[in-house]
Amino acid sequence: MPAQSTTHTLLSASVVAEEKRQRHKRFSLLAPGILTIFCIGIMPLSIVLIYSVLEPGDYGGVSWVLSFDAYVQLLFEEDIFDETLTFTTSFLQIFLRSIGLGLFTTIACLLIGFPTAYFIATQPVKRRNVWLFLITIPFWTNLLIRTYAMLLILRDQGVVNLSLIKIGLIDKAIPILYTDFAVGLGLVYAYLPFMVLPIYASLEKLDFRLVEASYDLYATRFKVLKRIIIPLAKPGIAAGCILVLIPSLGAFITPAILGGGKSLMIGNLISLQFGQARNWPFGSAIALVLMVIVMLSLLTYLRSSARKGLTHD
Amino acid sequence: MTKTTDLRYQPGFSLITWFCIAFLYAPIAVLVWFSFNQNRSVTVWTEFSLDWYVKAWHNEGIQNAALVSLEVAVIAMILSTIMATMAALVTTRTAPYRGLNLSVAVINQPLMVPEVVTAVATLIFFAIIKQATGVTGIGYLIAAHTAFCIPFAYMPIRARLEDMDLSLEQAGADLYAPPFKVFRRITLPLMMPGILAGAMLAFIVSLDDVIITLFVAGPGETTLPIYILGQIRRGVTPEINAVSTVFLGISVILVTFIFLFGKGKNLGKQ
Repeated sequence: MPAQSTTHTLLSASVVAEEKRQRHKRFSLLAPGILTIFCIGIMPLSIVLIYSVLEPGDYGGVSWVLSFDAYVQLLFEEDIFDETLTFTTSFLQIFLRSIGLGLFTTIACLLIGFPTAYFIATQPVKRRNVWLFLITIPFWTNLLIRTYAMLLILRDQGVVNLSLIKIGLIDKAIPILYTDFAVGLGLVYAYLPFMVLPIYASLEKLDFRLVEASYDLYATRFKVLKRIIIPLAKPGIAAGCILVLIPSLGAFITPAILGGGKSLMIGNLISLQFGQARNWPFGSAIALVLMVIVMLSLLTYLRSSARKGLTHD
Repeated sequence: MTKTTDLRYQPGFSLITWFCIAFLYAPIAVLVWFSFNQNRSVTVWTEFSLDWYVKAWHNEGIQNAALVSLEVAVIAMILSTIMATMAALVTTRTAPYRGLNLSVAVINQPLMVPEVVTAVATLIFFAIIKQATGVTGIGYLIAAHTAFCIPFAYMPIRARLEDMDLSLEQAGADLYAPPFKVFRRITLPLMMPGILAGAMLAFIVSLDDVIITLFVAGPGETTLPIYILGQIRRGVTPEINAVSTVFLGISVILVTFIFLFGKGKNLGKQ
């Protein structure tokens, strides 16, 4: 049947042409955005990788000599005289503090954010929108200004200390600012809305007939919360936790303002290397380690949500 | 109240919610309150006055910083919104293709990397280009802002496109409208709320940015947040409170608009 095969090839030729046209259109529409992000977001990251295995230049920048000093420096201190390496915890401490503060922030945000999201989700629709609006506003307002507001409150002459003195609980101001506690509080303050919104999104769709059914089966309020509501809200809880944990780990503004020089986090350490310390390779190495920590937490999140078959994207 | 018989009720949750709101707003309230203080202090209230606003308005440093911020944010908003709109059209309006997930991942990349890492990466990259070409200027800052604004503009535009009814576009095509006409007369007007919301988000995100700007901005390219950061490091004055209050006001107005657009979309669906 030669005729049929001719139409077949003609058809497939037009399909190929159409496919080619589609690909062309797709490419020209996608290219500007993808290229911009590739050039300014992805390519520089690979340059960071290269810089981390070079030697620092005299006035910032790098000199093109292969060296793994930057990574060795993370854990060991080199003696100036005999070049022996001794184990040092000064940078490790900053990493541990960042991870500790990140976990503290996530847990604190969850403890405040979950009940808030649940309460909002159980309100009548009209009032729900007002509550949501109140949570959304801080989500999109300037983090620097909000952190500055926190500084005003926590200072020695700030509202918290002055009112504690006024009611006679303390005699003189207790230093809150420039402590790990101040940074932790600032991080919770900064990222709390990131926890509430995704949990709300998953609770909004909750089928309350399940709750009713468990009450019919004589479950207590706590048991309903633990066995029905929390398991059903898990995708939202996981998303909220990752949205809080990642920016907390890489926090820069909050520790810079509320931690001063005493409570440094990884972000500040990186910025120091590109500023005063002029050690770009070391800064690049720290940035990469931070990236790895963040990617590991993201992978854990993706795997746990994929295993439960709960991903929507 | 019939709260105890409401099966949705959980004890203490309303209390925590009120605490949450108070916690989120109390520091901001203190900041705004003391911007109206006549005294230099940001803790002891003396008298209502607008002195600090007048002072901030006439401060040349603040004026320049505000102009730089505005210039960068407007250009970054326009560029990122155009690119995001084009990308959103591809990822929602063409047949699934190999590499679709990858393109979406690339677009969202700036959201997944800690900002301080992006900032130093961009710093290094631009330093290399500057050294090679000798070109300097505010273009670098604008390019960096454009890149991280794209995913923020992309999100609402994509959401809008996914919600839109395909049948109108199909009807247009059935009536022999050429593809571009369908786009201009049907798709574009329908996706406008998404584009506007995306543009506003991009504008806010660019206006608010501290970290990337801190690393990338050259001399004379101080944006308002960078100016405020510098002042905070020097000491606390009510003038910062006044500038911050105006800044907060602008963000609140923009967020309100976005929120209303979003609600309008939901209402249209019901």
